[in-house]
Parts: sequence; C-alpha cells; structure tokens
Amino acid sequence: MSTRTTSKQREVLGVSALRPDGLAKTQGTFSFSSDYTADNMLWGATLRSPHPYARIISIDISEAIKIDGVETVLLASDVPGKLTYGLIASDQPVFASEFVRYMGEPIAAVAADHPETCRRALDAIVVHYEVLKPLTSIEDALNPNTPSIHPDGNVFRHQHILHGDANATGDIVVEGEYEIGMQDQAFLGLEAALAYPDSDGSGIELVVATQWLHEDQKQIADCLAMPKEKVRLQLGGVGGAFGAREDISLQVHTCLLALRTGRPVKMQYTREESFFGHVHRHPGVISLKHHVTNEGRIVKIEGTMKLDGGAYASTSSAVLINGVTHIQGPYKCPNAVFDGYAVRTNNPPCGAMRGFGVVQACFAHEGQMDKIAKAVGKSPVEVRLLNAMEKGDTLITGQPVESVAPVARCIRETDALPLPEPLSLSAGTMELPGGSGRTSELHNIKRGIGWGVSIKNLMYSEGFDDSAEARCTLGDGVATLKFATAEVGQGFVVLAQQIARTVLGVDVVVLDRIDTNIGSAGSTSASRQTWMSGGAVDGACRLVRERLFEHVAHMHGLDPLQLIIEDTDIVDTMGPLRISVSEASKGVKITQTFLHQHRKTEELDENGQGNCHVAFAFVAHRAVVDVDVELGLVKVVQIATAQDVGRSLNPLALLGQIEGGIAQGLGLAVMEEIIMQNGIVKNPSFTDYLLPTALDAPDVLFIPIEEPDPQAPLGAKGVGEPPCISVTPAIVAAIRDATGIDLKRTPVRPQDICL
Amino acid sequence: MSTSSEIYSLRVNGTDQHVKDAWIGESLLYVLRERLGFMGSKGACEQGECGSCTVLINNDAVCSCLVMAASAIDTDIITVEGLAPSESPNDIQQAFVAEGAVQCGFCTPGLIVAVHHLLETNSSPSEIEVKEALSGNICRCTGYGRIFSAVQLVISQREKSIS
Amino acid sequence: MTIFSPRSLTEALQVLNEHPAARLLAGGTDTMVEINFRHFEPSDIISLRHVQELQVFETLSTGYRLGAAIPYKQFENGSFSHVSGALSEASRTVGSPQIRATGTIGGNLGTCSPAGDTLPVLSALDAQIELSSINGIRMLSIHDFMLGVKRNARVSNEIITAIHIPKINGFQGYAKVGVRNAMVISIASACLIHNMDKSHIALALGAVGPTIIRCRTAEKWLTQNADLSTSTALTTEVIEEFGRLAASEALPITDHRSTAEYRKHAVGVLAQRLLKRAMK
Repeated sequence: MSTRTTSKQREVLGVSALRPDGLAKTQGTFSFSSDYTADNMLWGATLRSPHPYARIISIDISEAIKIDGVETVLLASDVPGKLTYGLIASDQPVFASEFVRYMGEPIAAVAADHPETCRRALDAIVVHYEVLKPLTSIEDALNPNTPSIHPDGNVFRHQHILHGDANATGDIVVEGEYEIGMQDQAFLGLEAALAYPDSDGSGIELVVATQWLHEDQKQIADCLAMPKEKVRLQLGGVGGAFGAREDISLQVHTCLLALRTGRPVKMQYTREESFFGHVHRHPGVISLKHHVTNEGRIVKIEGTMKLDGGAYASTSSAVLINGVTHIQGPYKCPNAVFDGYAVRTNNPPCGAMRGFGVVQACFAHEGQMDKIAKAVGKSPVEVRLLNAMEKGDTLITGQPVESVAPVARCIRETDALPLPEPLSLSAGTMELPGGSGRTSELHNIKRGIGWGVSIKNLMYSEGFDDSAEARCTLGDGVATLKFATAEVGQGFVVLAQQIARTVLGVDVVVLDRIDTNIGSAGSTSASRQTWMSGGAVDGACRLVRERLFEHVAHMHGLDPLQLIIEDTDIVDTMGPLRISVSEASKGVKITQTFLHQHRKTEELDENGQGNCHVAFAFVAHRAVVDVDVELGLVKVVQIATAQDVGRSLNPLALLGQIEGGIAQGLGLAVMEEIIMQNGIVKNPSFTDYLLPTALDAPDVLFIPIEEPDPQAPLGAKGVGEPPCISVTPAIVAAIRDATGIDLKRTPVRPQDICL
Repeated sequence: MSTSSEIYSLRVNGTDQHVKDAWIGESLLYVLRERLGFMGSKGACEQGECGSCTVLINNDAVCSCLVMAASAIDTDIITVEGLAPSESPNDIQQAFVAEGAVQCGFCTPGLIVAVHHLLETNSSPSEIEVKEALSGNICRCTGYGRIFSAVQLVISQREKSIS
Repeated sequence: MTIFSPRSLTEALQVLNEHPAARLLAGGTDTMVEINFRHFEPSDIISLRHVQELQVFETLSTGYRLGAAIPYKQFENGSFSHVSGALSEASRTVGSPQIRATGTIGGNLGTCSPAGDTLPVLSALDAQIELSSINGIRMLSIHDFMLGVKRNARVSNEIITAIHIPKINGFQGYAKVGVRNAMVISIASACLIHNMDKSHIALALGAVGPTIIRCRTAEKWLTQNADLSTSTALTTEVIEEFGRLAASEALPITDHRSTAEYRKHAVGVLAQRLLKRAMK
C-alpha cells in the first residue's frame, strides 16, 4: 500500500506530507532528551527498593557521600515542597521515607561525576528494612479485613453501573472470565532529563521527554516549593511514550539534584530501571454475563471488572472508568448491571497505556461476542453486525452516541479485505511459527481466523477541563507556530505544518521550540492531540488569516469577507484581485493565539450514568494466525482492519499509527507480559520482556473509513489508540479458532495452548 | 572518575580519537556518546536486544553496547554519522523519511546502519531476508511495515540506477 | 585495572599466566551484559580480539578444528557453515545478527549457560575442547568440560583455543523453542546427530537442566529398537517412545521464561520431530 507523495504536491491536509524531523532522526542528529549534555554536568541516579513492601528502619548515606566524585545524596527530608506527587491523587512520595510499597520505589538520589560513580554511591547507601508481607492480589485488596498499605486505603475506586432494566433477561445466557497480563509501554528512548539550575537557585530549567509539559511543571513546582513560572520546561526529543511518560518519573529528582549542587544534572534510566520507573498497563480480571435473544441480540450485560493499580494511584480511577464505560463494546445494549474496581497492591503502579482501560474491556467483550456467535449458531461477523452500534444509540452510561459511528461499515470493509494465501509448501522456516528455531513443519500447523471490534473514547472524560493552546505568527510568507504539544513520534509536527499550509496558503512553516513559554496543550494521550492541538493550531491560523484578509482588504479597498485562500494565493471572489500570500504578508507580522476546548463532559452518578465522554472512534480487526498446536507457538500472518478515522489528514502518518498500534496489540496477544511473583518483577529487561521483532510483524491490510466528524475541528478523529485495542482479542480469537481451546487469558503462552 | 587507568585511541569514521581517563568497563556506546560526542548511536537496552546502538566494526554490524570500548582499538568503527555527510543524506536515509519509516526515531540510526550493512552484503535481499537481517533492531512505533517499504524502495532505486 | 590486547596466543597465555584472575574477553556479548547490569565488576581484562590463532579454522582427516574466537555468523552462513548443519542452524538462532557477528563459539563454551545455543550441538557431536596454557594443550571431552550452570572445567591459566568436531555421515539438526520468531533465549532446545557409519543417533537437550543433557537412555533404546545404519522411516510407536524417553531425561525448572512442565513436553516434541527429519 503505497501512500507516497509526489514532490510537486503542496504538503497540505490530506496529503502524505513528510515529517520535518525525519531526516535528522535518520542521521542521528536529532536531539533526544538523553542526547543533551552540558559543561560541568553531573550524573544523577536513583536508589530503589528491592522489596515490594517494607518499613524503612534507617537510611545511612555516610559512606556514599565520602566516595570521591559524589557531590550529593538526597532523601525525602531534602524535598523542600510537597512530599508527594500524582496525576489525579497526590499519593506517591518523591522519595519513600517510612514505607516502600513496590519493588523499585525511589528512596534516594545521588549526583556524581560519572554514571559508574553514581552506581557505586548507590551501593554504599545502607538501608535497613523491616520486610513486610506484600499485598499482591486483587481479591486481597478488595477484602475489607486486609490492612491498608497506604493512608488512602486499598481501593482506588469503585464504580457501579445500572442502566435500563436490571431484571431483564434473554433467551440465552453466555458467561466468560477473562484475564489480562501486565503490559509495558516499552518505548525505546529511555527516561532522561537534564536540569539547569538558575545561578541564584531561584529557578530551574528542565529538558525532559514527557507527554505533558505543563502537568509536569505543576507537579515539579509543588515539590520544589517554587512558583510555577520558575520551573521552565523544554521538550527534549521523545523516543516514544505510549502513556508511560504521563506520570512523573525522574523530573523532580533531577531538579532537586541540580538545585542542591548548583550544577547541571543529567539523569537517564537504564532499561531495567525504566521497568521500575514508569507505570504499566493495568492487569485485571473481568467476568461478563451476556443475556441474548435466540437470534443473538444483546439484551443485558452483567459483570465485574477488577484492575490492579499497583502501589500508587496514578490514573487508575480514570482507567477504570474507561474500562467500565466501554464494557458493552461497539454494540447496542439496552440494559446493564456492572461493577468496576481499581485497587491498590504492592505491585508496580499502573496507569496510562495506549488504549487506557478499553484494551482490557475489549478483550472481554470480544471474547463474549464469539461465545454468543457460537451459542446462537452465527458467524463472528454476523453476530457483530447484528448488534453493531449506530449513531443515536445510547451507551450503558445513558450517553447518546451523537456523531459518526460506522461500526457496521468497519466490519464489512474489513471482511471484504482478502485473506492471505494458504501456507505454501515452499514456506521457509522463518515464515512458520517458531521462526528461526526451526521447530515447525507444515503438517504441524493449523490456521485460525478471529475478529475484534472496538469503541474508544477520544480525549479526557468526566468533566475534565481540557484545552490546548497554539500561537501562529505570519510574516514575509513564513508561518511560525508555537505550541507546547509533546511530539512523541506520532507526527504532530508535520500535521501542524499541514494545517498552517492549508489555512494560510504558505509553504514554509517554522516550528518554534516546544516548551512552557505558551499555555498548555494538554497531554499527548487519549488520541486527543489531532483534535485538540490540531484544533488550536487551526484556530490560530484562521485568526491570522482573518487579520491578513483585513490587511489586504484595507490595502485594496475590499470587503475582507470576499477574500479566500486558493493554494498559495489570496483571491477576491468578487473581483480580479489575486495576490500571493508571501507578497501580501511582506513586511507585516500578524500573531494570534487560540485556545481550543472541546465540549463539556459530565461526571458519572452513583449508577454510572452521565455524558462522561467527548467522542468515540471505532475499528474492526480480523486476524489470521498459524499455530503449532503441539508446541503452542503462534505466528500472526495477517491483520486486516478498517478504522473510523473521520478524515485522513496524512495517509502515510495514519498508516504508521495503524501498523504500529497493531504491533503493540500483537505483543499483548502473544508475548508481552511483566511477570510478577509476590510483588517481585521477574523480567525487567529486553531479554525477557519480549517485544515483536521484524520477523513477528504480520502483513497489514488497512482501509480508512472516512466519514468526517462534524464535531472535530478538522473532521478527523484521533487514530492513535484504536489500532492496538481490538487487535489483541482478534488474535486470541484466531488462536481459539485454530486450536479449539477456550483461552481466557492474554498474552497467550505456549503452555496455554499445548498443555 | 578516580579509578580509571586507561588511555587508548579508537578509529571512528576514519579519524583517530583519543580516549583518556576512561573506566575500563565503559562500553563503546558510552565512549562514542559521552566521551567522543557521537550521539547518533542510541542506547535502549544495554544488552544487545534492541539494536539502537548498531555501528560497524570492521564492516560487521554490531551492538556497540556490547563492545568493551578499550578492546576496539585497531578496528575501523563507523557510526551513523560516518555513513553520509550531513548535508547529503544517503538513499537509505531519504527512503526512511519518504516511506514513513520514522516516527519517534530512536531506533532509526541503528536501523539505518543495519540496512546499510545488509545492502552492502546482499544487494537484492528477499522480503524474508530483510526481516531476518533487521530482526535485531526493535522498533516500538512503526510495527515495521514502513521500514520494510523503505528498504524495498532503496533496493528498487539501486536496481534501476544500475540498469 | 588493565586491559591487555595481546597480538598472539603465546602472548595471551603469558599475560594470563601472570594475571590468572583476569577475565578473558572474546566477543564480549556476555561479559558486557554482566558489566552493564553490574553483575560483574571488571578488574583485569584480556581481550582476545587480536589473537589471530583463535580465528583459525582447519579441516582435519576426521573432522574440523574450529578456532574458539570464530563468530557465530561464520557457522551460520559464512565460510564455515558447511562443517555442521546443526551448528549452522543453532548459530542462526543466537540473539540477533549483530550478536552473531560478535559472539563466538568459544565464548558460548566459556559462559556455559544451559541455554547456550551451540552447546547441545557440541554435546551431540561429542566435541573435544582444546584448552591451552603456557604448560601446553589439553583436550577435554565436552561432557567433562561442562560442569553445571555457568560452570566449566577451564582452569584460570587456560584459554579455550579450539573445538574439535567430527565429520558426520548422516542427518544433523537443531531445533529451539522461543516465544518470539527471532532473537530469543531458548526455552528448550534439542540437537540430534545421526551417525550412519556408527549406526547411532545422539540427542542433546538445552535449557532443561543445569547443563546440557545427553539423552543416553533414549539413545540406547533407539539403537536397540531401530536400524540406524540407514535413514529409513521409523514407526510412530518408535518415534513417540524416543520422544517420551528424551522428555523423561530432562530436568527442567520453572522460571519466568517458562514452566518445567512445558519444557519437558517441548523437548519430547522436538526429539520426535528431529528424529522424523532424520529418518524419512
């Protein structure tokens, strides 16, 4: 599927414009946050707890501080401001002082002249612990007799949903239990930051890879006891995020070390530390009971969702709400009784990851749809089409789906994509399950096909006051854009340029530094930046265009309302005037700032009712897998998908999101899991936390469903999350289809298939 | 740091570079980045599992995180910076941009080196040979599809320019 | 803390004799992980990169002498891929192409992990390990060389200089189970060598015990129950029993990579599949 743009085409919206940072990234000259360095710089490092739960009896830093090259060692008592931080609830200590509540929790930070000196200093810090029995199961956390492991209690949130008739029944009841393992975002560019203290110590500048500069700024300032404006953040190049950079990791520690030493301090996690340094995707268990008619129509759903949020709150409460409010899937469902719980344990904190609660819900509801299909003698496609949600339908929260909802179309268009050829007799070993291990031969292999369809909310929910700001300056035919939107790889930088070119008729669009010298853009998450920051850039450019039209109209004695942009010209629709934008903007400088806000949302009531979401996107996935049933090894052959994108603003970037999301969903289906044992992380490395390689990548067939969303500023829906949501259940369904085994859990392990 | 005892020199991109006061345990990746300023090689796993730090040593593509820097004396080390002058990126680099193979870009320099090495040793690899040759370079953003397209573009462009 | 870069074997052996605590560094793909993860603090290092003798490959009358510092890629598809089909297949499964360009067969022996990919092959081939010191050369059977998890019989003043393997008339194959299609540490592996001249089939298992396991019981049973002088297909019963016996000889553990139960099952399946590939 080639989507390349020709060089003649103007790189406006709808075109596969190329990233402005692309070439530098191929040459190694693009600066990631880990690539920054400063004169007189120190290195920072973090001491972390080896125990999932323990009382700290004493901390002795006296030997560490004596080591040649060590400049400082900081503890909780050195934090000048707030001792805790957190995105929703401020319950996570900057440094643990009384208890450690998860393996890897920070206790101290050191600054020294070399990373190895730092490591030796960490070794020299003596911490005495009273090791406590960790709370590691969801059921124990929900048990009111279990002692609290945190002053805020062991349950982050319970949400009940009651919708329609609680006593409604169908002809058939279909029940299922589902379990999801803990996935890691595993971005490639590790956590890194460089802090420059102001010479008088009154402020600090931090270069950091994050998803949300202003939220970091707020939390850091609180901990440093500084006014917000004294904490200036600049986005260091971000090597992927996927949710893992929404929470604070090393930001406060780096600033504290720099302020204490009066020198620039760089912190950079190792891969092992990164596994402890950021939140993960919530593992959980979901039980679902569907009441359906003999025909297979959903009458009512009942059940529970229980998510393990780990030791601190992070975004657990929001993840839970996303999970429970999407549990019906993209299907009509008139009645529901459902309960969701997010609990605190001594496992690693869990929070945002691409799909945010909906991945878990979707794995369960899609497993149910296949069971329903089987129970009523329909195909997976038929039963999904029968129940497919449409515009105007109501969710189990009572919220109507007011905008574009092409669920049936996603399913039909996916179904129409060609299936792969059967395995050929000449297939090489690398094309079979087991790959380079040469375990399988053709006659060992069974092929299966599976389906997954999903609904995902876009942007923040539950009344969150969400906005994004952008500024546009036009002069001499050049547009300059300023925003604080974190570019994490998704390509907002190219989209912003496309918007300015389209709206203003310029070709040269300069991007100003991404930092806190402008209002917040909100987080690069929740599939929200195309809509939110895209809307802000679009709005700022439109305001500039109005001023430009006024300027031209004034010069030529025209009504500005009769002017339009045509390619790179300003054209008078009522007369002969045609003047290029670069000429018209010669010697002028027009600057406009725009704040984009989406429509208000509501909180849920005690029955889980309320218009809590802004908008929705839909997608269908069909997976084809080959399974070596005897060894339990899987090769994902092909993923076909049609996704509701509203409008394709950049087909090449869109395809990149689709294929990339699919690979992450594949990982959760067959290989990616953080293995926990009594609160201990068993595989914090890329040797044992397995990510899909080039040889694991399936063929992807993709059809964008373009039905512009009138509520979206550019008609485009966010596209980042849907690709990774229903692909996981589709793959697992395909494995069930190939093997006949009722797999309840993802990721599917070899022993789940063959033993 | 205080315990260092080494002075040695490395030949990087054709130029001798002196390394002073280094700790013996430093990897080539660390020395390239932190002592010699070649920031193009990226570190993401420190155990040879991701390929972000791929460089050429004596024309072999290797993970620089797994090379003890002081042991790489008297070898020819080529980093991503040494593949093409910054003002004229090579066809692989251009193809990666044109085909959308770059998202966050952290894995990209290592992939550029790996693709360069592949096409130097096999100018017309099959699809599966490309996948196997790149199986040591993890990309978390793209799902690899656009990377394969970029490699195919380079192969076809080079074939065209020969014929 | 010094790194030595000897230019000859003689020089390397002398340096080692003077610094018996020094770590020998071949490709570095294991040692550098240990250093990067702080599992090993380097003191003196002897880099073998520039010792040409360790790169030498020789064809002998009965087999081959493989220089210990030859990297995997040379056995995978490089100059020496013809010496052993199983060694070639095993080499192809080691880590990534980058690792295979650096890591060496001698390094695999030196680390002596039960999951070492070439070790089941060397075991099934009854390889002889050549250990050199300033006092001379001693030859040790692979079975006496491997002592346990990451433990071997090399003494501190010795360097693994070469591996001697026989020429085999008959099938040889290697299979390895990993959850990913490439670049994965073995969960279970097996190597089967069919020596038609000796009417014998050897089977060695990896990652299912403290060190590589040679399946002597299964091998003996097969010799008694099948004509191994040819490659004629065997009955399903014979193949299944061979797999069952092989699995019963495995001593796997449960860890974060897999379960003991699965590993036992997997090596049984691999043994059967390899036997079918050999006898058809």
